[in-house]
Amino acid sequence: MSDIVIKVENLSKQYRLGKVGTGTLTQDINSWWSRIRGKEDPTLKIGEKNDRTSKGESEYVWSLKDINFEVKQGDTLGIIGKNGAGKSTLLKILSKVTAPTTGKIKVKGRIASLLEVGTGFHPELSGRENIFLNGAILGMSKNEIKKKFDEIVDFSGVERYIDTPVKRYSSGMYVRLAFAVAAHLESEILIVDEVLAVGDAEFQKKCLGKMSDVSSKDGRTVLFVSHNMATINKLCKNSILLEQGTILKQGITKDVIPYYLSPTQSENMITHVKYDIDNSKPFQITEIKLTNQDGNIFNNGIITDVDDFYVDISYLFNQKIHKCHLTLIARNSMAETVFFIDRTDFHKDFFNADIGSYKTRIKIQNPLLKEGEYYLSFGLSDNQTGVNAHKFDVIKFKIEFLKSTRNTRDGFLYLPKEWQMLKL
Amino acid sequence: MNKSFTNNNEWSEIIEPKRSLLDLKLKEIWRYKDLVMMFVRRDFVSQYKQTILGPIWLFIQPIFTTFIFLFVFNRIAKISTDGINPTLFYLSGITIWTYFADCLNKTSTTFISNANIFGKVYFPRLVTPISIIISNLLKLGIQMLLLTIVFVIFFILGYQKFTINITILLVPVYIIIMAILGFGLGIIFSSLTTKYRDLSYLLVFGIQLFMYATPVIYPLNSTSEKLRNYLLFNPITSIVENFRYSLFSQGEFLIGGMIYSLAISLVVLIIGVILFNQVEKSFMDTV
Repeated sequence: MSDIVIKVENLSKQYRLGKVGTGTLTQDINSWWSRIRGKEDPTLKIGEKNDRTSKGESEYVWSLKDINFEVKQGDTLGIIGKNGAGKSTLLKILSKVTAPTTGKIKVKGRIASLLEVGTGFHPELSGRENIFLNGAILGMSKNEIKKKFDEIVDFSGVERYIDTPVKRYSSGMYVRLAFAVAAHLESEILIVDEVLAVGDAEFQKKCLGKMSDVSSKDGRTVLFVSHNMATINKLCKNSILLEQGTILKQGITKDVIPYYLSPTQSENMITHVKYDIDNSKPFQITEIKLTNQDGNIFNNGIITDVDDFYVDISYLFNQKIHKCHLTLIARNSMAETVFFIDRTDFHKDFFNADIGSYKTRIKIQNPLLKEGEYYLSFGLSDNQTGVNAHKFDVIKFKIEFLKSTRNTRDGFLYLPKEWQMLKL
Repeated sequence: MNKSFTNNNEWSEIIEPKRSLLDLKLKEIWRYKDLVMMFVRRDFVSQYKQTILGPIWLFIQPIFTTFIFLFVFNRIAKISTDGINPTLFYLSGITIWTYFADCLNKTSTTFISNANIFGKVYFPRLVTPISIIISNLLKLGIQMLLLTIVFVIFFILGYQKFTINITILLVPVYIIIMAILGFGLGIIFSSLTTKYRDLSYLLVFGIQLFMYATPVIYPLNSTSEKLRNYLLFNPITSIVENFRYSLFSQGEFLIGGMIYSLAISLVVLIIGVILFNQVEKSFMDTV
């Protein structure tokens, strides 16, 4: 007996871009005609990679192309990828909302999907009625819901309002109730998509706890989609990374997340970037360097815990801008923000920029960061118009400790500021 | 330990691009019977929340329509009602016709008006139109009650003799045929409108025109022989006629017509269900 509960084989999904309408009838007749003659559907031959940024030639794109993976029972699988990578399409096919174009998925057990909580909630009905309605939509029988009713109400924490129409609920209460119903589903496989984006911190924690319970205690399988790498890292042992409809990397979550951050995954560090000057833009970042005290670039990208380092940012204004703002964000290889500093930390207000070039030097005093790889992002923006010239994850460097004992400690930062001891 | 298996029976479900024409998943619909009842309840309860009159609206609609028909077709146009009391004639016609029209109308927008919920959760899509048929049945029940009350009042006041005959027992059959036909046509339209919206416009006035091709405001035997033969092609004609015959013992009982209606309804139902099942898998991409 194998313990694989989901097996995805050569799964592909094709979408037609642009408007559905004119031409659909002829197209339909075309593909129908070739199908009855037993030939290959002509529309399936075409189609290109799903890259939303470039203008493609064909009207058809492959939102998913030849996806293969397996999920074991009791596993929590994270699905990550940038917007448009095909995550939602995959979940939609898994939850049978739409059918694949080719390929198949074999499933063992009932699948319940939480593509968005509160689906089918009717605003005029009370919380109680909606629990039954929503439960039934998600595939529970009346008796199952009755059995779990108290548990659901208790988990949601909206007992007082249970007989009030849900249109009077706050959005937080609404989500709490909806998640509570879904979390008590008796399905073997649960699909969750970004539901944790709402609700207060306390409830979010409760949801995460419930989800890990579901997989570890009940032995149920969870597929989880999120953009929050910290949550994925916490919840999911294994992950798959989708990019442009194909699986770029699959395996242990810890190994997959770095690919999400820099898909090229080159071993090279980047400590110096220069951008071409474009006079049509109101302002831009022209150069970023990671240097030591003397202004020399860290060529190998390795900074030790005894080096202080400097971030030199050069930027250019082609016109006068009021209310300018500059930000520096450092993220670690798990995409967690380690620190976020901006100009207002040091100066009282935004600055007014005249035409010309500027340079900002930011000193980072070591030891500060733990060992590992870090990415720096820069934000230069005009707070009046909202125009920005951001650069994401453009600098990459590595921190190495000379004193190795420090690295076994937990935490993001290493901060030996002051330590006094007195004998009293 | 990793015994390879080739046995597909181990999988409880296989999600594939297309499924066979006749895989109707009726078992699955049965599993979701609680959801059907929940939808019926939702439709009924939510429709009359925050209204003062509540379900009384169900009485008002046929009463007013009857008044208008009385005025326009009886007083002004002077169309015969075959010796039947005009009020009861129109009310009976409206009651049974409205059930068909509502079933067709509401089920024809299944996909479009539920796109939001269908796009997020899977349940057998047929659950929605089935629940519409049932909630309309409740509505019909209430309107039948109105018809009975009016009949009894007219009987007591002496406007109407007791003309009900044994064929009244066939009323459930009439209703079932109407339900099947309305459901079948409705899901055919709902399947086609996901791609071609033109049909929804066609349907709106199509139903209106269809009523005039059915003996709702006139009795069948007031029409010419030639026209009558055309009218009998309409599968609803014999149902409306037979319903009136059962109530008023007037006109003739069309037994062949009823069998014809049933046959047409079943054919429409089968086509509808097959079409619906084909569309439900991919309609999210075209709706």
